Amino acid sequence: MKIAIASGKGGTGKTLVSTNLFNVIRQTGQKTQLIDCDAEEPNVCEFIRGKVEEETLTTTHIPVIDARKCTFCGKCQEYCSYNAIIMLPAIKTIQVVEDLCHDCGACVYACQYDAITEKEKVTGSITQYAIGSNADLLESQTEIGIYSPVPIIGQTINMAEAEALTLLDSPPGTSCPFIATVERADYVVLVTEPTPFGLNDLKLSVETLRRLKKKFGVVINRFGLGKELIEDYLKREGIALLEHIPFDKRIARVYAKGELITEELPEYHDLFGKLYQNIMKQVQA
Amino acid sequence: MKIAITATANNSKAKLDNRFGRCAYFAIYDTELQQTEYHENPAKASAEGAGPASVQFIASKGVNRIISGEFGGKVKDILNGLKIQMVIHGQPDSTIAEIVQQFSKN
Repeated sequence: MKIAIASGKGGTGKTLVSTNLFNVIRQTGQKTQLIDCDAEEPNVCEFIRGKVEEETLTTTHIPVIDARKCTFCGKCQEYCSYNAIIMLPAIKTIQVVEDLCHDCGACVYACQYDAITEKEKVTGSITQYAIGSNADLLESQTEIGIYSPVPIIGQTINMAEAEALTLLDSPPGTSCPFIATVERADYVVLVTEPTPFGLNDLKLSVETLRRLKKKFGVVINRFGLGKELIEDYLKREGIALLEHIPFDKRIARVYAKGELITEELPEYHDLFGKLYQNIMKQVQA
Repeated sequence: MKIAITATANNSKAKLDNRFGRCAYFAIYDTELQQTEYHENPAKASAEGAGPASVQFIASKGVNRIISGEFGGKVKDILNGLKIQMVIHGQPDSTIAEIVQQFSKN
């Protein structure tokens, strides 16, 4: 079972929700995993600390073209859907634009002259931390300069254990990194805030999830701030409201210290317990 | 020498297209023949890699210099490697005729 925590707008409280939900669920004895899918700037480790169990490097395959064997037939370029091969027969030049390569292998298959081999390129890393006896944290991280975090996000989620309840802390936005995360989830929790920006990006996220045919519900963070514009929208659209997290300065203080509100403030332990139950009801509905 | 200019349409009154990889047309001016040919950019609607595909296109036409409003990060190294000079034109409202005139004087 995989549950993604996503938001659209950045800074609405995805990591607050995912880390505290993880903390509450693992305390029930359930086998739990938390995956930080925000590979471009992972930050879950600021709140959940554990012992490094394993570090794996993620790689991609990049074609290497031997210009001496190449006959400039153009087959590889024709097979490449990503414009990653530039060929100029007139000046006997053929080259690979590494950032555009999607590691599909079509060029190697296309070449009849054994002119194309592949090299491995490190794209990032996946670090696994043990948290207590029944839980772990997987952190994805891209190397600096890597064009897209999408392959690493997929590789990290593929490491999830089938019998664990796995929480996916999604990257912000509604573009490819978000989709790479939520498309692998059984249920999506959207965290929003009662501001016009929060509502705008919530709508974008909802449209995207509906097209992906995903089940989802909404958590309103910083509740009490601003007007009731989120509730009105949820009612109109018939979207499940999973929980409110109040606008409470103590939350900001605890979060800024890198601590968990479900440890420091007992009433939030209860609130996240209820949130967990509400999510499970929705998942089973 | 052949100079490519990114153009918004296929005639000399057209304005410079500020984008390189996704420009509508390439005006290719031959300084020896003093003639300009217009080619639709085959890469303008590429999902990805419009820049490198545009380089492929103009390089296959034997262009030595390219004039545009801006160049994306991926094409700079490729153009340098192919020894094709990049010129950023500072006046986006210039027409192809004006730019050709400017460069045929030099």
